[in-house]
Amino acid sequence: MDFGLSEDQRQFGEALRRFLSDRVTMELRRAGGDAALWAGLTELGVPGLLVPEEAGGAGLGMLDAALVGEALGRHAAPTPFLGSAVLAPVALRSTAHLPELAAGRMRVAVGLGALTGSTGTCTLRRDGGRISGNLTGLIDAAGATHLLLALPDGALALVAAYAEGVTLRPRPSLDRLRPLADVDLTAAPAEWLAADAARVLDAGRVVLAAETLGAAQSMLDQAVVYAGQRRQFGRSIASFQGVKHACAEMAAWLEPCRAFVWYAAQAQDAPDAEAHLLACQVKAHLDEVARDVARHATEVHGGMGFTELLGLPFWFKRIAANRQVLGGPERCREEAAAAQGLAA
Amino acid sequence: MDLTLSDRHRALRADLREFIARHGHRSPPVGGGGGRKRPDQRVLDWQSLLIEHGFAARSVPTRYGGYGAEHDVLDAALITEAFNAAGISLGIQGQGIRMLVPTLLEVGNEEQRRRWIGPTIRGELHWAQGYSEPEAGSDLASLRTRAHVEDGNFVINGQKIWTSSAHYADMMFLLVRTEPDRPKHLGISYLLLPMATSGIEVRPLATMTGHATFNEVFFTDVRLPTDQIVLGRGDGWKVANVTLKHERMLLGDSSKLVHRLHRLRALLAETVVDGAPLLSRPVWRDRFLRLQGEVLAGKYHQMRLLSEASRDQDSGLGLLVVKYYGTTLAWRLATLAVDALGEAGLAYEPHDEVGEDSAATAWYADWMYDLGLIIGGGSSNIQKNIIAERGLGMPREPKPMGGA
Repeated sequence: MDFGLSEDQRQFGEALRRFLSDRVTMELRRAGGDAALWAGLTELGVPGLLVPEEAGGAGLGMLDAALVGEALGRHAAPTPFLGSAVLAPVALRSTAHLPELAAGRMRVAVGLGALTGSTGTCTLRRDGGRISGNLTGLIDAAGATHLLLALPDGALALVAAYAEGVTLRPRPSLDRLRPLADVDLTAAPAEWLAADAARVLDAGRVVLAAETLGAAQSMLDQAVVYAGQRRQFGRSIASFQGVKHACAEMAAWLEPCRAFVWYAAQAQDAPDAEAHLLACQVKAHLDEVARDVARHATEVHGGMGFTELLGLPFWFKRIAANRQVLGGPERCREEAAAAQGLAA
Repeated sequence: MDLTLSDRHRALRADLREFIARHGHRSPPVGGGGGRKRPDQRVLDWQSLLIEHGFAARSVPTRYGGYGAEHDVLDAALITEAFNAAGISLGIQGQGIRMLVPTLLEVGNEEQRRRWIGPTIRGELHWAQGYSEPEAGSDLASLRTRAHVEDGNFVINGQKIWTSSAHYADMMFLLVRTEPDRPKHLGISYLLLPMATSGIEVRPLATMTGHATFNEVFFTDVRLPTDQIVLGRGDGWKVANVTLKHERMLLGDSSKLVHRLHRLRALLAETVVDGAPLLSRPVWRDRFLRLQGEVLAGKYHQMRLLSEASRDQDSGLGLLVVKYYGTTLAWRLATLAVDALGEAGLAYEPHDEVGEDSAATAWYADWMYDLGLIIGGGSSNIQKNIIAERGLGMPREPKPMGGA
């Protein structure tokens, strides 16, 4: 048994971190991202991570995807990774779209709210072989070439963003780095997908958990650094127990999460009867832990944490938004309960 | 990440399954908050069966009475996991076995190992730990119990407190100040003292659990031959740190959390109010599921640490959070249990030397004893200092002016 990362995974992680620290500057976050970032990640093979090798991808697994998610969360990177490199490849497995996905040219906005107890609107319905109705809150909508949609009956459909009968309206979002949109469909042409929607959701939840872990880790790291620099009463505030204990508490909660994310990710690719349970629980757990970390790390920064000056709210809002996407923790725990025969 | 077990570990797992199926019914009962009585014959028989099969004293060499296997962290974890999952006893867990034996194996001399390890692991000899004092708790190195040398003997005077099992222990390993003129960490010695020596008075301390688990111990001109020392005079702090290293990992063990989660789930499923089990009610179910998520994190974290330990990799921060995470989570699991027991759980009847506690009493005893574990072995506030200073590299609290 070896519970840890392989040499390849460590090296790839290192290359990715170098790339991200170089490219994802505060200016880039403030601008909401640029095309060069995704192009650079495409050169590193990120869009094709989960695409099989015969379709031009890297044929890697969910643990690799989770590690990328963690790195993107750590850098609060504005990328379409979740929709285009995680949810879409799982939903489009064994379709002809995979090479386009792997090349980073196909960009997929995702609306699975019908399956995750979303509080938004979803009136999508089959209309002959086509699809009609409205859906609010698609994620990763900026620059989308396609839409991946779930109907209330559990069916998954792929719709071209520029097809007739499709009206996509961008919408402001709490997390400016992950743009939202609403969509109206009038007899839009749809490709019906054979993929198991539950597996698509599980993959997305694991990667969201990983991203949230990375974002929370970054907030803790920033809090420790800031506390070490800020002086009051003639000494570094990092020497005050109130501040130290807040940081220790965050570390104690966050550190065990890493192994949980790794294990839950690995389980998605193994014949593991608990894969669905783990995907639900890991997202719920990270949502809860990270919300506390986001609050306390901001507090350690004092007034500076509340302002945009240091950019800390980018991470705070990423954590807050991830919590609500693909099912909040209450919803995920309900599904985890059902997965172990506990639901009423 | 490779989660498959080696052939040898798979064989161990098969041995464990077979052992538990064949002998599991002979296990003494588990749970109910800490060791509070001298083991009876059933416990001693179970202990010798465990040693014979290598499930206790596994890596203690055969010449000292152990099973003599190579030390392997994953072996130990598989054994603990299997026993906890089956709800059977891991054998005697006293401070002699958990702390003194590993310490003697690491820094004791040959005579000490031959004399003390065998009877200790068999459960014939019981040890109390004489560390804490009324004025030396978190700041242990400021301890004041002192010993001077007179005619080849240490003469010990002072007081220890929070001394588990001193009321029935045969021996005590204790820290005393023998070199008062040296800096505080360098003036301490680690002694091995028979409890029958004259001048020792043990007074039980009533604790909130109602079980007599703690004592105060007073020493008045207690004489001990000077060769009853581990390493040399002034080396006590070094020796104690060998022991404390063993304790910190044990106090956060995640298989205990997993087992407790199973017990908690059974309790919530069995407890029926207004015609429906608590586990079918959303409020109770959600509380349970939140804890399940926290236990899963602890469980996989421990797998990571074990894997790193088997590669001789220093887990750093990962290891430092274990005691705090594990003890606070254990307490919160028991908290949901006592809430589920509700008013009926208030019938609290702790037993000491004879009799077994009811399920409700055992949950309450666990709940209160766990608070003791949050405090003992380096309190949670001290753990947070350690996590912040050693794990996150934050600065130490400035020393008060003129302090030691």
